[in-house]
Amino acid sequence: MIHTPHVDWFSLSTILVLVGASFVALLGAVLVPRPARRAFAATVAALGCIGGLVTSVWLYVDSANGHRVVSDAFYRDRWTALAQVILCAIGLASVLLSAEHIPAWGKLAPRSRRDDHIAEYFALLLACLAGMTFFVGAANLMTLFLSLEWFSIGLYVMCAIDYDREGSLEAGLKYLIVGSFGSAALLFGSALVYGATRHLGFEEIAQAVGQQGLSGDALLVLGLAMIIAGLGFKASAAPFHMWTPDVYEGAPTPVTAFMSAATKVAALLLGFRLLRTAFPQEAHLWTWAFAGIAVASLVIGNLAALVQRDLKRMLAYSSISHAGFMLIGLAAGSALGGRALMYYLVPYAAMAFGSFAVVAARERELGEAVTLDNLAGFGWERPFLGIAMWFFMFGFAGLPLGGGFIGKFYVLAAAYDHGWAWLVVVGVVATLVSLYYYLGVVRAMYMRPSAELQVGAVAAGGSPAPERLLHAAVGLALAVSVGSLFAVQPLIDLARHAASSLPF
Amino acid sequence: MTVSSFTTLLVCMPIGAALAVWILPLSRYATGSLAVLVSLLEVGIWIEQAARFDFNRSGLQFSQRHSWFSDLHVSYHVGEYAFSLWLVGLTVVCMAAAIGYGFWVGRERPRAYFGLMLLLTGATVGVFVAQDMLLFYAFFEAMLIPLYVLVGVWGGAGRLGATVKFLIYTMAGSLLMLAALIVYGLKAGTFDLVDAPTSASRWIFLGFMFAFVIKSPLWPFHGWLPDTYREAPPEVSAVLSGVIAKAGLYGMLRIALTKFPDPASYYRTTILVLAAAALVYGSLLAFRATDFRGVVAYSSLAQSGLIALGLFSGTNLGFDGAVLQMVAHGLVSMSLFLVAGVVERRTTTGEFRLLGGMAKGRPALATLLMAIGVISLAVPGSAAFAGEFLILAGAYQRAWWWAAIGACAIVLAAMYMLRLISAVLHEARGSTVRDEALDLRPGELALLVPLVGVLLVLSAWPAGISHHSFAGDAPTQAVQGQFK
Repeated sequence: MIHTPHVDWFSLSTILVLVGASFVALLGAVLVPRPARRAFAATVAALGCIGGLVTSVWLYVDSANGHRVVSDAFYRDRWTALAQVILCAIGLASVLLSAEHIPAWGKLAPRSRRDDHIAEYFALLLACLAGMTFFVGAANLMTLFLSLEWFSIGLYVMCAIDYDREGSLEAGLKYLIVGSFGSAALLFGSALVYGATRHLGFEEIAQAVGQQGLSGDALLVLGLAMIIAGLGFKASAAPFHMWTPDVYEGAPTPVTAFMSAATKVAALLLGFRLLRTAFPQEAHLWTWAFAGIAVASLVIGNLAALVQRDLKRMLAYSSISHAGFMLIGLAAGSALGGRALMYYLVPYAAMAFGSFAVVAARERELGEAVTLDNLAGFGWERPFLGIAMWFFMFGFAGLPLGGGFIGKFYVLAAAYDHGWAWLVVVGVVATLVSLYYYLGVVRAMYMRPSAELQVGAVAAGGSPAPERLLHAAVGLALAVSVGSLFAVQPLIDLARHAASSLPF
Repeated sequence: MTVSSFTTLLVCMPIGAALAVWILPLSRYATGSLAVLVSLLEVGIWIEQAARFDFNRSGLQFSQRHSWFSDLHVSYHVGEYAFSLWLVGLTVVCMAAAIGYGFWVGRERPRAYFGLMLLLTGATVGVFVAQDMLLFYAFFEAMLIPLYVLVGVWGGAGRLGATVKFLIYTMAGSLLMLAALIVYGLKAGTFDLVDAPTSASRWIFLGFMFAFVIKSPLWPFHGWLPDTYREAPPEVSAVLSGVIAKAGLYGMLRIALTKFPDPASYYRTTILVLAAAALVYGSLLAFRATDFRGVVAYSSLAQSGLIALGLFSGTNLGFDGAVLQMVAHGLVSMSLFLVAGVVERRTTTGEFRLLGGMAKGRPALATLLMAIGVISLAVPGSAAFAGEFLILAGAYQRAWWWAAIGACAIVLAAMYMLRLISAVLHEARGSTVRDEALDLRPGELALLVPLVGVLLVLSAWPAGISHHSFAGDAPTQAVQGQFK
């Protein structure tokens, strides 16, 4: 007879709300007539995300003493809750962006077909989000893998949702193949770790390693390395980044925006918890491993971004380099590093999301991929989106126009605190290199001679439709990225409370 | 509102006005008027502050402090010392003149332009009043953002190359400073400039100095300077050389010399050599330059060298002279660049071979350019003379040859400045100078006359600054005591 565990339903409420909303959206795909389907599904999705936000905030307030629930498979603590808050906020912004921009190049598809699968799209988005909110609370290797697959499969389909476009299908396929490779590595690594320790729970692994003196055991180290590789794929850190530029370029831009922000948050926050909780004895190994991965990401991401003309590819490489910065915080492995990582993710997610949203707007009015050339004059034509992009680019480059500046300061401080002054120098040089391509975007938007200007609205015939929801999403991202510069103390306090549920 | 919040007001008012200009759909005229009004208000607040400033007291005045984030001990901490008061004054006066000039010539895209100018005002004042390293760094970087766009959008034909060079150069320095300040702040346990103890680390000192010598600039870190000064709109070049360059020199005084006494004396000779090189090399290049702005640009390089010479001579006279010369040269180069803009507007060029004979029929232009030029070449009795004399006397106390090099450079200054004056005003009439080109218009007079007026006041009473920059009579003691 199978023992039924006690289930703390409240600890799962965020996930349940999102899954529930996903079902409702899916039902809408069948029951709601086509003309109302988009509005219905988007509303349900938005409400689902708002509900998720409310429950995760509630969980944050109510989970001061972190503990495991549901037969020790899931963490109910502030680290989980704060990650869920960030994820739900990204989800809400994604819904705002997707409501008008899925399929991404709508006017290519006949009007009647545009709304065919819109409800499924939102259902998938919510399901992905539910998977991620589960992923960040995973407490053993089994739930970790299950939730990883849960949200990955959703993302594979979302990448290919623009099935009229070859690029979208290609992106979906590429992501599927490379992503499966990453998942397989993670699964295999988990098996090896289980083989070495006979345990799946994070805390039990640490205990077993401590009691049986397994530290440095070949099987364990190999397993750890493969788990790190699997997480590296999801966080798109070099050298596991090969899929990133192609997938980011091919996927519909709202999906790219969602992926670049949310997947990184989930993978990095879970990674930090996993390593701190399950492998504290191996810290001397994984801190170095992550320092290496961080340096590789900074070098590859920045150098490759320098030569990109396509904006989505450039932003993809920039996201690789920012993964490098955040991994510096992870590599420090200290409480300061954890706070730095948690803080950095907030402005980063906002800027990454916002910049892809701006690209989505330009893409739509041009009807083709956005490059540095056809961005000319965009800043003067669309003042709000231009200024927002200006803020995002300078913020990415670490100039004090937003929280990105403090984030960089924090991760570098964490690196120095760990005794790695050389990593500070690497980070500084990487920032300098990155300046060139971020400023390239500002230059393209504002400084081209007027002869080169392309008036997008005219090229596409007629003025662009009012995109209030997109503007709202960009405004939200802008507010978060600028606000995080001023609200450093509250965010750090939140991050400290969250990090206090991890063992240090 | 207490008196202390004046400092915050000086920083925040222009930034708030910049946001207002961007958000409110004002007309061209209203936008410009608002910007001019705010910049004049800044001058007013500064005058009020100067009137209330207690020059006999050492330590920070008008200070305000709020925690920004506590776990690394970073705070919003602003305040003014006597020498920072003078630099803030220089900033608000120069920015008011620059914004007035932009309004007078009617820059395209006024909302973006004036917003950025106001943002620049706030950031630059912020650099001079910040008393927390991270805050200082944030303002130091924040100056770059509007400058980049101002040069890149409203600059001349070669502006794109110039902006990239400018930004990469200055950011390279700034980022090294970021690395240095992280190390320094974490070691000291606080990022507060007033509380932080002195440090003996040469690496940290060099990290800070890199940022400052690039910004000032000193030879051989001046690669960005000629292109940027030529391609920027004249009022932006004026601000760059008059005010922004002083931020680097201020950093040397406030941070490098004060917080790193041992490394500073270890590297003293090296930096004095760089300063002397900037002085001589800049003067020679200025003498060879073929255009108006080229002369002023290279003379700024020379003057930065001279001021650094004064600072790193480490003597009482040197410090007093350096602060006086920062203000005097700031005003001189501001006025010269504005005159360059005025001339370019009439002739479309700054090339000497196309200019000449402008004095004839244009008495106001001739008088003003002569007056500024004469002050600039340090005729005895002028503010610049007082500053240079003090610096040279201070350098002489260090070793006689520094003073000898400085004196040679001042002779060169007379040569290039007289060459500039004769090439523009006298000699045969240039091919681009038409009879219809007007004398100075009322708007231009309204900008230049007050600047020259301030210079004349300073010429009459240089002690107003040189005796009121450091509490007590011994600046070296003030620096050693970290201004406490």
